[in-house]
This record gives sequence, structure tokens and C-alpha cells, in this order.
Amino acid sequence: MTAPSTILPLEVTDLVYEIDGKRLLHDISFRLSIGSRTVLLGPNGAGKSLTLRLCHGLLTPTMGAIRWGSQISDGKMSGEPAGALARAQRHQAMVFQRPVLLRRSARGNVEHALKLRRVARAQRRARADLALAQTGLAALGDQPARTLSGGEQQRLALARAWATSPQVLFLDEPTANLDPAATRAVETLIDGFHAAGTKIVMTTHDLGQAQRIADEILFLHNGRLLEQTPADQFFTAPQTRAAQAFIKGELLW
Amino acid sequence: MGEFGQALMNAATLIVSFDGDFLGIVGLSLRVSLSAVLIACIIGFPLGALLALSRFPGRGAAVAVLNALMGLPPVVVGLIVFLLLSRAGPFGVLGLLFTPTAMIIAQTILVTPIIAALTRQTVTDLWAEYGEQLRSLGATRADTIATLLWDGRFSLTTIVLAGFGRAIAEVGAVMIVGGNIDNVTRVMTTAIALETSKGDLEMALGLGIVLLVLALAVNGVSQAIAAGASRASQQAVRA
Repeated sequence: MTAPSTILPLEVTDLVYEIDGKRLLHDISFRLSIGSRTVLLGPNGAGKSLTLRLCHGLLTPTMGAIRWGSQISDGKMSGEPAGALARAQRHQAMVFQRPVLLRRSARGNVEHALKLRRVARAQRRARADLALAQTGLAALGDQPARTLSGGEQQRLALARAWATSPQVLFLDEPTANLDPAATRAVETLIDGFHAAGTKIVMTTHDLGQAQRIADEILFLHNGRLLEQTPADQFFTAPQTRAAQAFIKGELLW
Repeated sequence: MGEFGQALMNAATLIVSFDGDFLGIVGLSLRVSLSAVLIACIIGFPLGALLALSRFPGRGAAVAVLNALMGLPPVVVGLIVFLLLSRAGPFGVLGLLFTPTAMIIAQTILVTPIIAALTRQTVTDLWAEYGEQLRSLGATRADTIATLLWDGRFSLTTIVLAGFGRAIAEVGAVMIVGGNIDNVTRVMTTAIALETSKGDLEMALGLGIVLLVLALAVNGVSQAIAAGASRASQQAVRA
């Protein structure tokens, strides 16, 4: 079985996610196409991170389907093997709110990710150095990753993702713990990913950041997808009352 | 407290004089216990990690049993290994009873549960932190075990030393399966027991002091490594 040239589009249909009988996501359906930067926007607890994790395959849907390209992965309802999702997952990467770095050098962290992706040993060093250079960390390659500053750690997480050449990059509140300068650096790197043809799917509750990055907004509230609209349209003429309130900075509880 | 003074002198003399018998005893103690710990690590690290990452029915019971096995009485282990290795036992043909190999087997059985149980705890904690990231990177079960064991290496070093402390200090198992034969299976703990029963308390105390110093050195190394690890893994304060 050969790898598909692209795993996109992503088709999510009637996605439901429950924990202990409590329904956290209600019948979410959307389609993500190649090229644009998609931002999942909404207040805390809207279900943005859950949706991201379900798409990436870190969680299994209670009901509904997640379909990458022509390959299908259903929830527990059907007997579809997890193999299709795993194959698609090889072309994805994810950057978390708190970077999870291994207790080794910055370069060692990138090389480890390449090893997990079965990149030949001989190529790892060069690809890791390239990724570090790309993220402005070339001089810090030998430094223990956990002694880097918060911003540097998040850039290293991006370098690690970049090195594996993903078709889709998921980012879960990647700048929530960072100061403005580090946030700017991360946003610049995200622009770089986008320019290189990587599909960006990111969550944020920061309106300004959403405006800077998004081509397309998925607005979530209380576990439901309320809007999927082009960004300029969302910020000038939001369709739903909840989105209007959110843009005005009013609480949504 | 003339006995303690005499004992200290004895200990010093034993060490400084490079007494052949004494060095033989110390050497055999280290050889048996280090071998046992090495084998226990080869078994215990992957076993503990696997137990941390697996989900199967009865897993909770398995963990409870493993934790309980940390408190195995050495004499009981000695007795069981004795029965297995004795001429009439299932492994009697190997002729291992009253050899250093038998002592290594007994201590391996004592140390493996300690290594495995503590490794399980360490890997469980690391998995809570690394789990999503490793799954995101597509790590297989084997990748995950290797990664977590390597990243837990400082904690694991302390675990190894705990296992070594257990092995070097126990007397019951090596006494039963080794037999405390002079120049063959006599180690420090069995020599101390023998000298005490013979009434040569100075000699017994002298050996005891050497054993204590060894235990202290093990603890010191353990602490130094733990301190170094916490410094190395400390996250820099965010700006």
C-alpha cells in the first residue's frame, strides 16, 4: 500500500465524544481542505482541544467518522480497522500547549522524533540541524532541551514537528504560556510552515492571534460547532449570537 | 567501648594490609551482588515498563503482587532456591548448590521485584507526561519503552542502587544456598555471622564496618546522581 500523495481533505462527520456518559462534543461535522490556515476558536471548555486530538487520532470518537482523503476511520460503531487512521497519522504532527521535551539535547529531541518516524540514522543529524536552523535554534543544538527558555522550548517543539515533514500540523494553544516576543516568533514559524505548503490547524482563545493567522474560522461553543466561515467574514459579520458576543469580549457562559 | 576501638583497628588493618582472605570475601560479595543486580535490571526494567504501559484484566493484582514481592524474606528465597538446586530437586543435575552461581540466582530473585516495581512507578509517572507526545510521533510499544527508560535514567540509577543495597546486605539467602564455604562462597555478611558465632567480635565488627562504609558509599553515589538529575532536568524560569 503506497502512501497517498495527500491525506487531505479531512472530513469529519457527526463527531460525538463522551467521557463517563457526559457528552463533551455534540454532532460536529466539518471539512478541512488543503492550503488554508484553519483556526478553531472559542472560549475555554468549548471543545477545541478535544476536537484537535480526535482529528489527530489521540482520542477515539464515541460516535461519528473521521475520514482522511479516501481513507475512513469510524468510531466504535463500525469495525473499520485503525490502520487507515495510523497511516494518515504518519503525515501529521502536533504541537502542544506545554512542549513535552525529552531529557536530552535539543538536537537529540529532533533526532529522536526522526528515529520514531523510521528515518535512516545517516540522515537524522542533517535533517535535525536543518530543522534547528529553520527555527533559530542552531546555536542551542547541544544544550539540554529542558534548560531552554519557554519560548525556545516551544520553537524546539516546532522544529521537531517540522523535521518530520508533516502534511498537516496541529497546534493546541501553542502560545498560551508565552510572552509577546516568543509568541511573535512562534507565529512567524507557523507562517513559514504555511508558506511551505503545510496545512495548519490550530486552536486558540486569543482573538488577535486568530485574526493574524486564520484564513478560516471554526467557532466552537459548549461542545458544538457554531460556525465555519472565512476569517474576514467571521470577524466582520459573525453569523451567530454567541460569536458576536465572543468577538465583543463578552462572557459566554 | 574497647570492642569498638579494637574493631575499628581491625577494620583499618584488614583494609590496609590487603589481606588475601579479606579481599577475597569483599571481592566475592561484590561479584555476586553486582551480577545479581545486572541480571535483575535486564529482567526488571522491561518488565516494569511493560506493566506500566499495558492494560489487561488482573493488572491491578499483578502490580499488588509485584509490590508485595519487594518484601520477600531472604531466608525463604534461600530455602526455595536450595530446594530447587539440591541433589533431589528439579535442577539438581546442574550441581549448582553451594556455588557463587546459586548465590547469584537467589539474590536475583530478591532484587528483580524491587527493580521491576520501582521501574513501573517511574515509567507510569513519565507516561503521564510524555504519553500524548509519543503517540503523536507514532511511537510503537517498543519505542515507548526504550524512550521512557532512557528518560527515566536518573531515577533508574537510584533504583539500581536500592537493589544493590538489598543484595549486598542480605545474609539469609546466600547463607542457605552458598553454605559460607571458606574461599568459595563466603561473603561479608556470612563471614560476619560466622565470626560472631565463633566469638571473634572484633573481626565481626571490623567486617561490619567495611560493609557499612560500602553501603554508605552506595548511598552517597545515589544521592549525588539524584541531585545532578534534578539540576539537569530543571526547567529554566520563563521570562
